[in-house]
Amino acid sequence: MELKDLLVIGLGFVGIIFTYWFFLGKKPSFAEATGGQGIDVVVEGGYSPEVISIPRGKTTKINFIRKDSNSCLEEVVLPDFKIKKYLPLNQKVTIEITPQKSGEFGYSCGMNMYHGKIIVR
Amino acid sequence: MRYEHVPWKNNREVNMAQTKTFSIQGMHCASCVRILEKSLGKVPGVERASVNLATGKATVVCGGQVTDEKLASAVANVGYKAMVGHQEQTLDEEKEQKTRELKDLRTKVLVSLGLAAPIVWGSFPGLIQTSPSFLQDFIVQFLLALPVQFWAGLTFYRATIPALRHRTANMDTLVALGTSVAFIYSTVVTFFPQMVSQAGIEPMPYFDVTAVIIGLILLGRYFEAKAKAGTSEAIKKLIGLQAKTARVVRAGKEIDISIDQVQIGDIIRVRPGEKIPVDGVITEGESSIDESMVTGESIPVDKTRGDKVIGATMNKSGSFLYKAEKVGQETLLAQIIKLVEEAQGSKAPIQRLADLISSYFVPVVIMLAIATFVSWYVFGQQSAFLFAMLNSIAVLIIACPCAMGLATPTAIMVGTGRGAEHGILIKDAESLEIANKINVVIFDKTGTLTNGKPIVTDIVTSDKAKVTKEKLLQLAASLEKGSEHSLAEAIVKKADEQGVALYKVTGFKAIPGHGVEGMVGKQKVFLGNRKMMEKEKIDIEPTRSHLVGLESAGKTVMMLAVDGKLIGLVAVADTVKDTAKDGVLALQKMGIETVMITGDNARTAKAIAGQVGIKRVLAEVLPQDKEAEVRKIQAEGKKVAMVGDGINDAPALAASDVGIAMGSGTDVAIEAGNITLINRDLRSVARAVDLSKKTMGIIRQNLFWAFGYNIILIPVAMGVLYPLTGWLLSPALASFAMAASSISVVANSLRLKNARL
Repeated sequence: MELKDLLVIGLGFVGIIFTYWFFLGKKPSFAEATGGQGIDVVVEGGYSPEVISIPRGKTTKINFIRKDSNSCLEEVVLPDFKIKKYLPLNQKVTIEITPQKSGEFGYSCGMNMYHGKIIVR
Repeated sequence: MRYEHVPWKNNREVNMAQTKTFSIQGMHCASCVRILEKSLGKVPGVERASVNLATGKATVVCGGQVTDEKLASAVANVGYKAMVGHQEQTLDEEKEQKTRELKDLRTKVLVSLGLAAPIVWGSFPGLIQTSPSFLQDFIVQFLLALPVQFWAGLTFYRATIPALRHRTANMDTLVALGTSVAFIYSTVVTFFPQMVSQAGIEPMPYFDVTAVIIGLILLGRYFEAKAKAGTSEAIKKLIGLQAKTARVVRAGKEIDISIDQVQIGDIIRVRPGEKIPVDGVITEGESSIDESMVTGESIPVDKTRGDKVIGATMNKSGSFLYKAEKVGQETLLAQIIKLVEEAQGSKAPIQRLADLISSYFVPVVIMLAIATFVSWYVFGQQSAFLFAMLNSIAVLIIACPCAMGLATPTAIMVGTGRGAEHGILIKDAESLEIANKINVVIFDKTGTLTNGKPIVTDIVTSDKAKVTKEKLLQLAASLEKGSEHSLAEAIVKKADEQGVALYKVTGFKAIPGHGVEGMVGKQKVFLGNRKMMEKEKIDIEPTRSHLVGLESAGKTVMMLAVDGKLIGLVAVADTVKDTAKDGVLALQKMGIETVMITGDNARTAKAIAGQVGIKRVLAEVLPQDKEAEVRKIQAEGKKVAMVGDGINDAPALAASDVGIAMGSGTDVAIEAGNITLINRDLRSVARAVDLSKKTMGIIRQNLFWAFGYNIILIPVAMGVLYPLTGWLLSPALASFAMAASSISVVANSLRLKNARL
């Protein structure tokens, strides 16, 4: 095995570790809503903030604003709340939810590629 | 409920006036109407604002300068929420944007494939000899590939850059990464060939690979977008059913108004061939109405005064007037649309695995591509670098997370839409999934298997009495006229139908649990059960054989005696629905056990069950115990569906694995069941199970294909078969397979549209 092979193996190893750390090791952005307050979620290359904490039994408005033309993000699906909404580009789409159960509820784009989470406390 | 007008602010002509109608959320009373009208009226440019509490909508006449945002903020300022042009606007916008996107995509596909073709001609072994020499020039190839990479392929970068900023990745990331590597390498080869030569590699660009990949993936997206539009067709069709105007009678005049302005209590005229605007009840006239578009019932229904009509259905023959009872979001159609939308937004449990995998998929593919590069570079024999690069690009391109993401939701979309077309409303994807596993269906008897309204089935006269059947009915009906019992209602109705005139009855008395008695002229008449006859010491022997026969057929028999002598019998029974037998049989053919549950005595229950072909009968079950019976069957390890009217059997419906509520016209007990059948056709139970089986079948095929595709082709692209067979997957072929994979999943889901139910 030549030196360049060892170098490529080393770089490959670093690349794999970096990929893991970069995509899977990140801390999701977080926002908390108190009663009656709305939360803006920017849809651009994912959801920002990704994790939203909302109170149980109170109606919370989540305003999705899609700034990304990627068609993958054109729909947002909150399956536990039976909501699927089309998000027109650069327009605010408000979703109102009144969760009755505490817990963590995932949401995603229509093609299930980008994910976010709603924590009901 | 009121409709108020704010007077014109001034009398000047409204230049460029426009009318905007939108829904308002949060209104409760007439004072809300006033507050809103005042606030909207203050918006500069608004000439007139009227708010309708009944429909929950505002209509604003305003100048061109008044924007939706200004109106929405005027509404928000006083604590309400305006849905300015909400549903229709979103739908139109969505349609417009989709059309624009498709057109744009089509142009990009044509341009990229058009530019890829000469590059392939000038570079592909075998074809290269036939091509003009300028096409073999690397710089020409670079110039041809440049717009494909950065104009047509811009969409991949546009998705990748913000995604990377958020440390996420998707399919576009893989395409952008794969094609960029090939493009950068090819550019280096084109402009600095000596650099590559020095490394011992023949300087050969791969612009054909980048252009073909982008062209084919965009082509795949184009077809996928077209096919995906088909999955939401059912809901669009439902929304499109809504009538736009209504002909309302106001102040003695018939005027055409917008559907949004129809109020509860309005009298509406519907002429032959017209659509019925909102739900209501006929007050004058009669007609035959085609309700197929809403209930799935194919035969037109004859309706007359007092009958309910459903908005969006089609009036066929007659002209009639009816009173609006439900408008706006309260109509059956609006409820159906809401339910279907909700179901399509829900998630089937089967999707969980796909969800879990999709969250790790793209990073894992990138890691595999790196591993592929390293392995080929280190262990490859000749041209190791080229093999390493092309195989890792193939890995990035062949991976198809989209197929996994589309596998379940597209089938759920088409399946729930197909159900709605047949009057089968499925509450969520989970119910659809469980319905596929059902092995016992319990039917409630009264009102579900039967019509729930007793009718006179037999009139038997005693041989000795020498009275006609008509006379017997006349006496019975005269006596029952004063009674409120449901059996009495059946007898009086029968007499009415036959045009029998009734006698005047004096001294009427109802004896609970026995029957009724009274005087007709000078004759003392008794109508009642065995207990009454025994009490009055009336000999029932002359009709005993008939009596026993009718009772064993599950009918309720009442005996009529005049002056102490029995003259005959009247039998009353609830009748089974026309579709009950076929509905039960269809389920049995699917291998599903059918059970009937009722509060009736065992004899009556068995008679009805016998008529519809049900063998297992749970009789004399009190309403509150039905739930326990459902649980008992579940304890046998079976998945149970309970079919009821959703009113008095709600706990049993809730306890079952799948509660199926039989709706009735406009009174849909949508909340009661997991599945609601709006057409009251019992064959729909089997259809719902069939639809569930077909949808789940499609989902399983889709998931199997999507997983199988990635599990098999990613290792092939990595080159695992190379040592054994010498097979490798070219990146261009990988892009074709990838595009075909997501299209095939959507196309497979669309097969449900033609499924026979």
